[in-house]
Amino acid sequence: MRTICFYFQVHQPYRLKPYRFFDIGEDHHYWDDFLNRSVMRRVAQKCYLPMNALLLELINKYDGGFKICFSMSGTFLDQMESYAPDVLESFRKLVDTGHVELLNETYGHSLASLKSKAEFQTMVRNHQEKIKKLFNGYTPTIFRNTELIYSDQIGAMIAEMGFEATLTEGAKHILGWKSPNYVYCNSIEPKLKVLLKNFQLSDDIAFRFGNKTWADYPLTTDKFVKWINNVPQSEEVINLFMDYETFGEHQWAETGIFEFMKHLPEAVFKHTNYGFSTPSEVVAKVPPIGKIHVPTPISWADEERDLTAWLGNDLQDEAFGKLYELEKMVNQIDDAEIKRDWTYLQTSDHFYYMCTKFFSDGDIHSYFSPYDSPYDAFINYMNVLSDFVLRLKEKIKEQEAEA
Amino acid sequence: MKVLMFGWEFPPHISGGLGTACYGLVKGMVHHKQDVIFVVPKLWGDEEQMADFVNASDISIDYREKKFKSIWKNLTYLEVSSFLVPYLGPEEYQKFTDYAIHDRADVDESIFSTKYEFSGKYGKNLLEEVSRYALTGAQIARDRSDFDIIHAHDWLSFPAGIAAKEISGKPLVAHVHATEFDRSGQSVNKPVYEIERAGMHAADHVCAVSQLTKNIIIDKYGVPAHKISVLHNAVLDASIIKSTYNKKVPEKIVTFLGRITFQKGPEYFVEAAKKVLERDPNVRFVMAGSGDLLNRMIDRVAELRIADKFHFTGFLKGDDVDHMYAISDVYVMPSVSEPFGISPLEAVRHNTPVIISKQSGVAEVLDNAIKVDFWDIDSMADATFALLHYEGISKMFKELGTEELKKLKWEHVAAKLVTIYQKILAEKS
Repeated sequence: MRTICFYFQVHQPYRLKPYRFFDIGEDHHYWDDFLNRSVMRRVAQKCYLPMNALLLELINKYDGGFKICFSMSGTFLDQMESYAPDVLESFRKLVDTGHVELLNETYGHSLASLKSKAEFQTMVRNHQEKIKKLFNGYTPTIFRNTELIYSDQIGAMIAEMGFEATLTEGAKHILGWKSPNYVYCNSIEPKLKVLLKNFQLSDDIAFRFGNKTWADYPLTTDKFVKWINNVPQSEEVINLFMDYETFGEHQWAETGIFEFMKHLPEAVFKHTNYGFSTPSEVVAKVPPIGKIHVPTPISWADEERDLTAWLGNDLQDEAFGKLYELEKMVNQIDDAEIKRDWTYLQTSDHFYYMCTKFFSDGDIHSYFSPYDSPYDAFINYMNVLSDFVLRLKEKIKEQEAEA
Repeated sequence: MKVLMFGWEFPPHISGGLGTACYGLVKGMVHHKQDVIFVVPKLWGDEEQMADFVNASDISIDYREKKFKSIWKNLTYLEVSSFLVPYLGPEEYQKFTDYAIHDRADVDESIFSTKYEFSGKYGKNLLEEVSRYALTGAQIARDRSDFDIIHAHDWLSFPAGIAAKEISGKPLVAHVHATEFDRSGQSVNKPVYEIERAGMHAADHVCAVSQLTKNIIIDKYGVPAHKISVLHNAVLDASIIKSTYNKKVPEKIVTFLGRITFQKGPEYFVEAAKKVLERDPNVRFVMAGSGDLLNRMIDRVAELRIADKFHFTGFLKGDDVDHMYAISDVYVMPSVSEPFGISPLEAVRHNTPVIISKQSGVAEVLDNAIKVDFWDIDSMADATFALLHYEGISKMFKELGTEELKKLKWEHVAAKLVTIYQKILAEKS
């Protein structure tokens, strides 16, 4: 039987508060608690709570025939604990069904894989601990890197940490004539399986669903079932990867997105030879068809499917470079607050806000940004970072004095 | 002696430094027991009663007076699209530049109503107001015959000064606080230039706020040198400001404070910062203000990889301005063209040593400051480094700078102005 693999990314960054030059050296609380809380509550009402309820209903209805997988960033988990214990409760119920898989990622939803192996490994381990703690000892076996960023090298790092498989984008420029609807393996460490996002079908749901100017609007389950039936029989797995906030937040309830999901499993079971699997089931069942070569990193963002949403312009490179210059100092320090801020400051969103690609994907960027412009984002971030550096130096001095 | 003076704003309702300069000058005149009739487009009622204030909004125009029609006809019609006002604060500047196209359809009607409510700002109807202000000037000059001389501040009130002179036959002094060349570089707004030029030529004498400005008036406006006097600005209060605000970062701070526009030379400050930071990373540079070059400066700072030591505060208001001066170890004003430039004097009042460009009027009156060409980023970096590290020189500047400040008094400026008046009147009679 062929299979559909749903993976939903659940993430919220810790957004910075407006942090002025005059605050440097004095105010060490960087996070916009009010904004973060209100975003969390809004998305909980619009997406997390209703969608979790729907998924639980579907899982129970088909008694395990329908399954899904989540990856939840550490910054999301922390905010959920603080601001939305009701959401945590509903995720626990889902995981308890045994038909929901959780993935491992970096705690801070960071770009550390591109810069520091040690930091990357720390972040992965911290995330694993957190998942275990929150979900009754659950231990993920599959890894997903921030924004599906992947390269041969990153894959090798993931394999080294003992993961069975990872997820990434089925980017056109790495696939060429090949199809994303197979299981592949890493070109350096073949034991690491690689699942590729079918971006056509995924983005039909995630991005185009409510778009009235789209030729295929409105998207119905009949249409969707027809499309997946058109996939050649030899292609065994369709990976539908998307942000969880697609449901109710990016695509409002009024678009009919919840109705679509509610009826999709039934349509799939009735009219196709597909079932549903989690990533670990896919890699257990489907043998890899070959190696996938990804010499330079790819991601699931924007038209380019590369790193330019977070890195590449001078603002981003400067901020990113200055941040990781601090790694050594941070590692000398044993202080929970410093470690926490260091983790949250690494979140990829901070660099996303500094993106200046206004022309093709600027709309999406400004939708997600709390700032008026990339310049504001940059100034604010650098002010915060300046204060953070002062704190690091101070702490190290203190520790040396004690020793 | 009695002077009929035309200004555009007066403290406390000011948006830039023009009002402050007028205030200082009037105060100096009063000190010398000179009478001043001071006309502004709009009076708010809370002005310090130091002169015989005339609210132009209260003046009724008697448009049976034939001469008014001819004055009106001679007023040049203007299109506003450049930065017309001297010493404009960043916030006002923003509003001001937002307003690019002046819609002057059918102004005649409202202009010739008997009374006219001026906003006295630099807003949407600026040109209409400037024109109406000229008519008001003529009316005042006709109603009051008790003055000896007319004095107009900057192009906004030049048409009023010219009109008053035509009606009364009294001599006119045109006071230039900034020229269109300072504001716009080489891309001058022609109609504004024409008004400035007309004012300077119609005047019996021109006062310039610096030698630098005098040279521009000679070169660009064709006014003969003997007709121009340099009348530097002064400070209202030379006392040292002791701030209780404390710096919270361990590094020394080097500050640029002003509009981030071509005229102010922000890019030279950025380049100099890079050079200083290469030698000494324990310095923070701050660029305070906003303007059309802000984003370009941020880009450059990121490109140079100095953003962890170079900060942007945005536009500063109220106490923050004082705080910024107070925590600065060096103040830099790298202006490309600055008729006067009062801000370094504020820095001196906060005991902060200053580096100013040679292309600023203030460089002519402040000896205890380091002066560099605005483009000479190496010298600017050297000077910054020196002031940060060699205590002797910064200490000397602090002590002598504050002494110098005490000599920059408006009464001295006023005394010089009275002499100029006397000379003009003597020549006339």
